Amino acid sequence: MHGPPPKPPLKAKDYKSDVKPIWCAGCGHFAVLSAITKALAHLSLPPEQVALVSGIGCSSRLPAYTHVYGFHGIHGRALPIATGLKAARDDLTVLVTGGDGDGFSIGGNHFMHACRRNLDLTYIVMDNEVYGMTKGQASPTTAPDWEQNSLTPHGTGLPSFNPAAIALASGAGFIARGFSGDPGGLTQLLIEGILYPGFSFIHVLSPCITYHPEQKEWKQSVHALTENTTADPVIAAQRVQENDRMATGLLFKAPSAQRQGSTQAAASTQQISEQFLVPS
Amino acid sequence: MDRKTDLTETSTLSVAIVGSGGSGVVTIGKILLESIARFGLFALMSRSSGPQIRGGESAVMLRIGSSPVDSLDDDFDLLLALDWLNAERFSDEIPITENSLILADPDKGALPDHYNHTANRQLLTPLSELAKSIEQGRANMVGLGVLSSLIGLPRTIVCEAARDTLGQKGAAVLEATLKCIDLGYSETPEERYFAPLSAPETIQPRWNISGNEASGFGALQGGVRFVAAYPITPASEILEWLAPNLEKSGGSLVQAEDELASINMIIGASFGGVPSLTATSGPGLSLMMEGLGLAVASETPVVVSNVMRGGPSTGIPTKSEQSDLNLALYGFHGDAPHIVLSALSIRDCAFTTEWAVKLAETLQAVAIVLTDQSQGQARAVIQPPSRTSLEGKRKLASATEHYQRYALSEDDVSPMAIPGDSNCIYTADGLEHNQQGVPSAMAEDHQRQLDKRRQKLTRFDYGDDWAEITGEGDICLITWGSATGATREAAARLNRAGHPTQVLAVRLLAPLSVERFRQVTGSAAKLLVVEQNHGGQFFEYLNAQRALPQQAQSLAQPGPLPIRPNVIYNRIMQGL
Ligand SMILES: Cc1ncc(C[n+]2csc(CCOP(=O)(O)OP(=O)(O)O)c2C)c(N)n1
Ligand code: SF4
Ligand SMILES: [Mg+2]
Repeated sequence: MHGPPPKPPLKAKDYKSDVKPIWCAGCGHFAVLSAITKALAHLSLPPEQVALVSGIGCSSRLPAYTHVYGFHGIHGRALPIATGLKAARDDLTVLVTGGDGDGFSIGGNHFMHACRRNLDLTYIVMDNEVYGMTKGQASPTTAPDWEQNSLTPHGTGLPSFNPAAIALASGAGFIARGFSGDPGGLTQLLIEGILYPGFSFIHVLSPCITYHPEQKEWKQSVHALTENTTADPVIAAQRVQENDRMATGLLFKAPSAQRQGSTQAAASTQQISEQFLVPS
Repeated sequence: MDRKTDLTETSTLSVAIVGSGGSGVVTIGKILLESIARFGLFALMSRSSGPQIRGGESAVMLRIGSSPVDSLDDDFDLLLALDWLNAERFSDEIPITENSLILADPDKGALPDHYNHTANRQLLTPLSELAKSIEQGRANMVGLGVLSSLIGLPRTIVCEAARDTLGQKGAAVLEATLKCIDLGYSETPEERYFAPLSAPETIQPRWNISGNEASGFGALQGGVRFVAAYPITPASEILEWLAPNLEKSGGSLVQAEDELASINMIIGASFGGVPSLTATSGPGLSLMMEGLGLAVASETPVVVSNVMRGGPSTGIPTKSEQSDLNLALYGFHGDAPHIVLSALSIRDCAFTTEWAVKLAETLQAVAIVLTDQSQGQARAVIQPPSRTSLEGKRKLASATEHYQRYALSEDDVSPMAIPGDSNCIYTADGLEHNQQGVPSAMAEDHQRQLDKRRQKLTRFDYGDDWAEITGEGDICLITWGSATGATREAAARLNRAGHPTQVLAVRLLAPLSVERFRQVTGSAAKLLVVEQNHGGQFFEYLNAQRALPQQAQSLAQPGPLPIRPNVIYNRIMQGL
C-alpha cells in the first residue's frame, strides 16, 4: 500500500493493497476483487485517478484491499457517496461495490435513482442472496422458500427481486451479469462497464459459502447468454424477465448519452454579490 | 404618537399589509422594502400566509428604522388591509393598539370586530374604485401609493423601485402601476398620521437580501463548490439561490432523491477535495444523522445549513421555531464531536455560514448551522455582511514515504490526501481505524482516534466570534440565533428604564467555551436564557455544561409567534 507509486505498465497486483481480506476461505468475493484489479490493469488507469466506494457488508470491505482511493461508507449509501464524488470530480474513474442487501434493500432507492441519473459510475453488486456480514439473514434476492435462517423459518414467502429488471426500468444504460466462478468473463464485463460513459450496472453472482453453501452448485447452473447484446429496451426487458437470472453476459447496452463538461467559473463572488446591492 | 425605540434611540415604524389570495400583498411588500432601502433606511420584512399551498391570503410585516432592524416590534403602527377575507387568521401575528392606524377599502366590507374595537384611527379609501379609473389598474398599487405617502416616502423613489421590481411584466403593466401609485399619492389626505420618515445625511452601502440568500452567499464565500439537497420548507430558497450562482462560480448542485442521499453525496464530493454543503430543515436533518456520523468518523468536512421550523414531525412547516437544537447537538450515535453554530440575524446568516465552511475545512469536521424560518424567509435591508479572517483551507497531505490518513499530530488535524495524489492513496473509513486507516477494534486505536477527534475541536482557538456581547450590567440576557434581535431590543428598553443589561448572543453553540461563557456571565446578578422553543433546550444544554449559576432562569416560548421584546422586558421587570 505504501512506497513510491508503481511505474507502468501496471499489473493487477499493483492495484492490490497489503491489507489481508477478512473473508471466509472460498468466498466468491475474492474472485471479484481479483477481476477488478485485472480490469484496472488492463485499462492502465493510474491508481490515484481511480476511486472505489462501498457501503457495509462482506462485499463492501473490498476497497481497503485495493490500492486505489477508497471510501468504505455506511450501509446502503455507497451510490450517493460515489455520486457526489463523481459530480464534483469528473476526472476520476469511480467504481462502486457492495452486496445485495446493501444495494437492493437499505440502498434500494439510491439504486433506482443512480440508474436514472446515469452518471459515469460502474456499480458492481456481489449478489449472494444473503446478508453475509450479519450471519445469514434473507435478502431481497433470496428465494422465497429458503428456510435456512431463523428470522424467516418458513422462508420469506416473497418473490425475489430481479435486479437487472429494476435497473432497466430505472434507466440504466449498461446492464451485465457476471459470475465470480468465471473471473475471465467478469474481467471483460468490468472493462466494458468502466469504458461505458454512463451508469453501468454489473450484477455479479458471488457465492457465500458460509451461509448459503448451496450456491456451490452455481458452477453448474450459471450459463453464458446466447443472444447478442441488445440496445433495445423492449427486447432487453423480455430477456431479463424470461431467463433464469443465471445467464451471464452483457444484457443491455444503450447508445451512450452525450455528457456535458464541467462548468468553469464565470463570475467572482464579488460580482455575484452585486445582485444584492441597493442602488443609490 | 408614542413610538417604541431601539438601542440607538432612533424611531422605528411598523407596517403590516394583509389581503386575500391574488390581491397582491407580497408585491406591495417587495416594492416597499426596495423603496425604503433606496431612501437610505433599513428594514426587516417577514411574510406569513394561510394554509393553502398557493394563492391563499397573505400578510407582510415590515419594520422600518434608521439603523439595522433585527426583530419585529410588539405591535404595528399601520395596517393596510386590501380586503378582510380570512384576515383574522393573522390577528395574533399582527397585534394593533388604539394608536394604530388602519387603512382599508370601505367597499371590502366592515372591519372585523377585533380590529374595529381596537383601532380608533381608521382611514377608509376606496382603493378598488380608484383603481378602476385606470386601465389595468390594481387596488394594491393604489394602496401602496397611499401607504407610502402616509409614511413620507418620496413618490419618485417608490416609482423607481416599482419599475425595477416589476420590469419584466411589460410596459403596459408598468404604466398602469405607476399611474396607480400616483393616484394613491394624490388621494392621501393632508392630515399627518405619522412623522414622515427622514433619510440619513450620508447613505452607506446596503444590501437587500433574505436570510436564505445570505446563507447561500456565505457558503459561496466560504468556498463551497458542491451542494446536494432534497427540497424542504423553509430551506429550499438556499438551494434555489445556489443552483445558478454555483454554476457561475464553477461549482454544481445535485437535487438528491432524499436526505439520506444528499448528506452522503456531499461526503463523497468533500472526499474528492471540494468544499460541500447541504441545506435542510428538521425532518431532513433527522434523516442525515447516520451520514453525519460517517463524516465525523472519516473526518470528511461537511456543512449542513438547517433552517428550523415548528416541530416535531411535519409540525408547522411554514413557521419558525428554534427547536432543532437538541437534534443538532445530540442526534449522533457514538461519541461524535462536531461544530454547531447559530446565525444571530439575517445578515449574520452570511458570516456564520462562511465561518462554518471554513471551520469545517480547517478542522476536517462536521459543522451544522442553525438558522430558522424567521430569518431564512424574511428579507432585510442590511449593511454588507462582515467576513471571517479565518483562511479556512484544508491541511493537505504532502508526498510522504509512509502516508497515514489518520495520523496523530500536534494540532490533532491529520493531513488529508485528495484523490489524484499518487503518493498518499488511502481508504477513508467509518469503521474505527488505526492511524493508517485500516479498520481496528483495538481499545488503543479507538481511544486515540476518539481523543483526536475531540481535541481537534476543543483545542482550536475560535477567537472572538464565538459570541456577540453587547452592553454591560447586572442583568444578563443569554440567547442564540434569531431570538437575538428581540433580546437586544428588550435590553435596550431595560437600559432606558434604568436597568443596565448585557446581552450574550452565542454563535458557537458547540463546542461551547464554558470558560469564556462564565467570564462574561460570572458577575451578573440576574440571568435569563431566551429562546424560541418549548423545552428550553439551550437552557438545559447550558446547565448540562455547568455553564450557568443556580439563579439563572429560562424564558422559552415555542413558535410560531415571534418572541416580542416586551415579553422579555416584562419578565425581567416582574423580577426574576
Ligand atoms: C443502518 C444499518 N443497519 C444495519 C446494519 C447491519 N448490517 C451490516 S452488513 C448488513 C447486510 C450485508 O449484506 P450484503 O450487503 O448482502 O453484503 P454481504 O455481507 O452479503 O456481502 C447489515 C444488515 C448496518 N451496518 N447499518
Ligand atoms: S460470510 Fe459469506 S459473504 Fe461473508 S465472507 Fe464469508 S463467505 Fe463471504
Ligand atoms: Mg449479500
